[in-house]
Amino acid sequence: MDFVFTEEQQMIRDTAESFLAEVSTSEAVRKAMASDTGFDDALWQQICAEMYWQAIHIPEEFGGMGLGCVELVAMMEQMGRYLLCAPFYSTVCLGVNTLLLAASEEQKANYLTAICEGSLTATLAYCGPRGGRSADAITAKYREDGDSIVINGESSFVVDGMTAGLILVAARAEGSSGEEGVSLFAVPADTAGLERKNLPTLDQTRKMAALSFSELKIFAENRLGDAGNGWPVLDKALDLATIALAAEQMGGSQQLLDSTVDYTKERVQFNRPIASFQSIKHKAADMMLRVEAARSAVYYAACVADEALQNGPLANELAEAASIAKAYCSEAYFKNAGESMQMHGGVGFTWEYDVHLYFKRAKGSEHMLGNPSWHRERLAGVVLD
Amino acid sequence: MKLSFSPEDEQFREEIAGWLKDNLTGEFEKLKFRGGPGDEHMFPEERKVWEQKLAEGKWTCVGWPKEYGGRGLSIEQQVIFFEEYARAGAPGRVGHIGEGLTGPTLIAFGSEQQKQKYLPGIVAGTELWCQGYSEPSAGSDLANVKTKARFDEAKGKWIINGQKVWTSLAHESDYCFVIARTDPESKAHKGLGFFLIKMDQPGVTVRPIEQITGTSEFNEVFFDDAECDAEDIVGEPGDGWKVAMGLLGFERGVSTLGQQMAFQNELDEVVKVAKESGAHKDPVLRQRIADLYLRLKIMRFNSMRMLSDDVGDGSLQKEALIYKLYWATWHRDLGELAVDVQGEMGQVLDAEPYELTRLQSLYLFVRSDTIYGGTNQVQRNIIAERGLGMPKEPKW
Repeated sequence: MDFVFTEEQQMIRDTAESFLAEVSTSEAVRKAMASDTGFDDALWQQICAEMYWQAIHIPEEFGGMGLGCVELVAMMEQMGRYLLCAPFYSTVCLGVNTLLLAASEEQKANYLTAICEGSLTATLAYCGPRGGRSADAITAKYREDGDSIVINGESSFVVDGMTAGLILVAARAEGSSGEEGVSLFAVPADTAGLERKNLPTLDQTRKMAALSFSELKIFAENRLGDAGNGWPVLDKALDLATIALAAEQMGGSQQLLDSTVDYTKERVQFNRPIASFQSIKHKAADMMLRVEAARSAVYYAACVADEALQNGPLANELAEAASIAKAYCSEAYFKNAGESMQMHGGVGFTWEYDVHLYFKRAKGSEHMLGNPSWHRERLAGVVLD
Repeated sequence: MKLSFSPEDEQFREEIAGWLKDNLTGEFEKLKFRGGPGDEHMFPEERKVWEQKLAEGKWTCVGWPKEYGGRGLSIEQQVIFFEEYARAGAPGRVGHIGEGLTGPTLIAFGSEQQKQKYLPGIVAGTELWCQGYSEPSAGSDLANVKTKARFDEAKGKWIINGQKVWTSLAHESDYCFVIARTDPESKAHKGLGFFLIKMDQPGVTVRPIEQITGTSEFNEVFFDDAECDAEDIVGEPGDGWKVAMGLLGFERGVSTLGQQMAFQNELDEVVKVAKESGAHKDPVLRQRIADLYLRLKIMRFNSMRMLSDDVGDGSLQKEALIYKLYWATWHRDLGELAVDVQGEMGQVLDAEPYELTRLQSLYLFVRSDTIYGGTNQVQRNIIAERGLGMPKEPKW
């Protein structure tokens, strides 16, 4: 048992931190969030070409770095700290994870290679316009038509759905319900019958889209995995993406703690830095407790995620580890954001200070991929039923 | 990062699990799941015998170096030992203060003579220890110790006067380690000594404190011209604070994982009761149970980090700084849940006049968890100051 970063993992983390501190400044984030695409394409191309982050856990045979989820969360933590605006989460955490689990070798060679090259971004569209994390959330429908698949319906809350080159669509066979009849399809963004609409959200640092499919026609070989048996694979992919999201949440929580502590050491009232008041210290201590506990949850979940990808002995803990991490990190992030705003006083309520960016990201992330109540209920089902 | 244990470690797990299965039987059967915090008053005599049974199997002080009678186990194997111990429901250790606190302190700071005199009794499970830190006016302000130690040249002994409080197991113990002021003019952390004092002597009086549970495991201990041999001071006069603080570091060791297995046993019982009472169908209680469940898991992951992250210089990493605040708060929440899942029945006693059920006892006793060993408020100060570099309180 050795539950700390190796030297190499530490180096990946440190490199991500110093790079992002330089390129994902408050100014850069604000510029990106005000843009239509939500990110600076030149920066994304730089990340793909120089940092090669998009290839982090893609196997070497497809041109990837062949690393794992521990390395991925080490980077996600830093992206969360610096609110990186880039199609990384959508492409790597949603897209690559789904492809790794669901795609055939041929499909992997096709898509993963393009992602490694930096020429393709991807995302996952699974839930309908009412959202949700259970299989019931999938409302788009498909039918087979000779050698083709025809998809109708809607998918919403699709991260970077406006810009992704490849959309992995979960749809259900007409007439099916629940976990039955679910299939995954690789849908190129330029397919006829796909309409994408930007979904303006409170959190402007992560762009979402609402997709509608009308008689969208793709070849049967665009199906990922077996017909109708897509749910267990999708469920697993969502759990992997959830663990990466939890890492991002933990990084955001950490950044809120650090920046707030710095602020309270400088802000003087009653002739002393407000950091010297116990009312402030105790809030900060609770923030640190949440960050450290979140960190422990994320690191453990990342180890489990690696085992799930390699069918290791802890693979069957994936759902539990993901739910633990997501339930805890969601609340840690939002609480830390709320406390940070309170401890900043009036300036924390301004557009100028960054606190609101984290406050908004925290709530947005909390409701992505299952909110804390959903994840706790999933755990309760295992413990109590 | 690597989570799995080696085949040798797994083999070790079988060894200790097997030993416990073979030995925690017969006269010891009734001790299963008993004698933990809040239940310390139960079966003290039988648990002393169990302590010696453990010693026969060489299962005391497993983390100590071999030269002092331990097994010198790796961290991983210590973790396994404490996990299996708790999993088997083996009873709360009456020897835990000697094993967990006195021993490591003497190994780190004690003289050769002290090691030879005291360590074997701890290893054999025959000599029990208690801790004399808190005083009526030295609670959170632990350095405000008033107990005095004066060296009597004629007798060649230290003479101790004062009062300690919240001393668990004092009435069962053979020795007490005590911080007392060796320099009467000194204040706060300076001028303290760390003494090893025999309990069975005319100058020592133990008076139990009746707790909100109606039972007593904490005591007051009075020293009236109690004597302590000249060689039974650890370090020099004036070193007491340093030794005492070194010891606090040992309280966060691998045994925390054993503590968590005991917590798991308690949570399992709460779940069982919830299923019987129907509380498991209540959506709010389901959320609370799941919350406790996941926070306990995280406690374990955090401990694994703590153990892997030990840089060996006694300094505490961030995940170790939060530990007390985290578990104490968790345990208090569990206590509340334990009565809440029972509805009205949770209010009904086991028997008159005031015999509590185990879950009622848990519910009440956990209120002490966020107070002793550094209150939640003190823990938050420590986290803010040491973990985040925030300023100390201005002096009055």
